[in-house]
Amino acid sequence: MILGIDTSLGTAVAVVESDGVVRAEASSGNPLGHAEVIGTLLQTALADAAHGAIGQTAAAETVEITYVAAGMGPGPFTGLRVGIAAARAFALGRGLPVVAVPSHDAAALGVLLAAALADPFGETPRFAVVTDARRREFAYSVYDGVDDDGIPVRVAGPALAPRDDIDAVLAGLAAERRDVATVSAAMVATLAARAVAAGRELAGPEPLYLRAPDVTLPAPRKAVGA
Amino acid sequence: MSAAEPLVLGIETSCDETGIGIVRGRTLLSNTIASSMDEHARYGGVVPEVAARAHLEALQPTIEAAVAEAGITLDELDAIAVTSGPGLAGALMVGVGAAKALAVSLDKPLYAVNHLVGHIAADILTGDEVEYPTIALLVSGGHTSLLLVRDLVSDVELLGETLDDAAGEAFDKIARILGLPYPGGPEIDRAAATGDPQAIRFPRGLSRASDLAEHRYDFSFSGLKTAVARWIEQAEASGADVDTADVAASFREAVVDVLVTKALDACTRHDVPRLLLGGGVIANRRLRDVALERAAAAGVAVRIPPLSLCTDNGAMIAALAAQLIAHGRRPSTLEFGADSTLPVTEIQIAEGA
Ligand SMILES: [Zn+2]
Repeated sequence: MILGIDTSLGTAVAVVESDGVVRAEASSGNPLGHAEVIGTLLQTALADAAHGAIGQTAAAETVEITYVAAGMGPGPFTGLRVGIAAARAFALGRGLPVVAVPSHDAAALGVLLAAALADPFGETPRFAVVTDARRREFAYSVYDGVDDDGIPVRVAGPALAPRDDIDAVLAGLAAERRDVATVSAAMVATLAARAVAAGRELAGPEPLYLRAPDVTLPAPRKAVGA
Repeated sequence: MSAAEPLVLGIETSCDETGIGIVRGRTLLSNTIASSMDEHARYGGVVPEVAARAHLEALQPTIEAAVAEAGITLDELDAIAVTSGPGLAGALMVGVGAAKALAVSLDKPLYAVNHLVGHIAADILTGDEVEYPTIALLVSGGHTSLLLVRDLVSDVELLGETLDDAAGEAFDKIARILGLPYPGGPEIDRAAATGDPQAIRFPRGLSRASDLAEHRYDFSFSGLKTAVARWIEQAEASGADVDTADVAASFREAVVDVLVTKALDACTRHDVPRLLLGGGVIANRRLRDVALERAAAAGVAVRIPPLSLCTDNGAMIAALAAQLIAHGRRPSTLEFGADSTLPVTEIQIAEGA
């Protein structure tokens, strides 16, 4: 089973079987407070997962986590790091590998699965996952369906655009705008399962910050006057 | 678990050092530190976002290194400990997130503790019998605090702290004014080696009789910084050569004088003949020498843990948690967050029912 953690927007934890069956989900939509809730959400998700898939009521069984999937952003940095740090520490505690997943890719998978459920024969036109990047900017990634491994095909992004420009940017990319307010940890874990099955790496170890650290270089010595 | 000698891993990420320490009771098994100081050098001071990024990067390898050095496995641990404050919020959160996940992963109790009290706890890892009450002077780039410690796990009182810059920050800023690199402490020390500490009489912050009523044990270094800058400007304007050695030595003397004077005053007024020094600025040789010399004259015994335990580290956090466990404290609940301004009176955070 795969433990998914994403703190790129709210705080989300899920336990998913390798075929995508969701065992448990626990999340907080609060865009702040990631450090406060992460421990309890982990505990809750693991405890719930012991009782079988969502909707079932099975006798408790041990939950054998085999991978930890970490949503790598983009997202507000301070919160984003809490989830990645938690994923790495959890994995370290149990000697497990961490699978890095771009959070937008997981959101895109959610969009595509929901569309397929609504219309199994329909085709989802090119779309953009758009999330809040603060400072009057959006982060966006553009997708064109899924590939043979079941992984969303990202054709642009993740990148930042000023809020006032986002529609023009997406029009230029011929992508339909999909605003996303929460990233599902179940989708992060499911995508990780697909990446593992395909032997692919979806992201490097560095969070998708998209911005250099905010630094004001020290001014040269300034006069203080007499 | 052996309550008297619990095996604890401590995580410290309050500033620019990722510190992982492992202790068994009062015995130090590992004190592993990854510092992002070099990355801050070009900015002349700690940049919070740079520090937080570095913590995330360093955390896992530092834990692995600490565990290997201690010769233990993670599942042997009796508890995890973490700094929940005070410090840089974004930096603290990396450690808090990791500590909680590690505790859940291993199904071990978690102790959230106070960074400043951790500095005091470092002293018990020296192997000596530590006596309380003691006055503690904690001086670093992030804090300058004077504490009265009646009991490590239950009674720590804040006597005073800096109202503006931390002492370490003052060193960094004056180093910049003198054209010296970051971090300023060792550079000022080097520059001061040949200087005359009495050459220039720089102000001692909050030391006038009128200040003492309200701020007897508080510190302020911003006025000193301005005085040094102004002195250099005036010297340059008058065409005189600025003797960097004299300026550095006189500035350092002003900082050291006010730190030691207030610390020993606290010893006298609280009738506590013991002074514990902690924090990275304790590396400053002049501070140690003046403290030892004037404390001896005042009949005060000074304790200075080894420098590797004075700078920010995870071992002191683990040591504090080990003491809390030995005193029967329950673990923290998982609901606490990072608290950048956590008061020193809160030794453990979110103790469970
Ligand atoms: Zn410190």
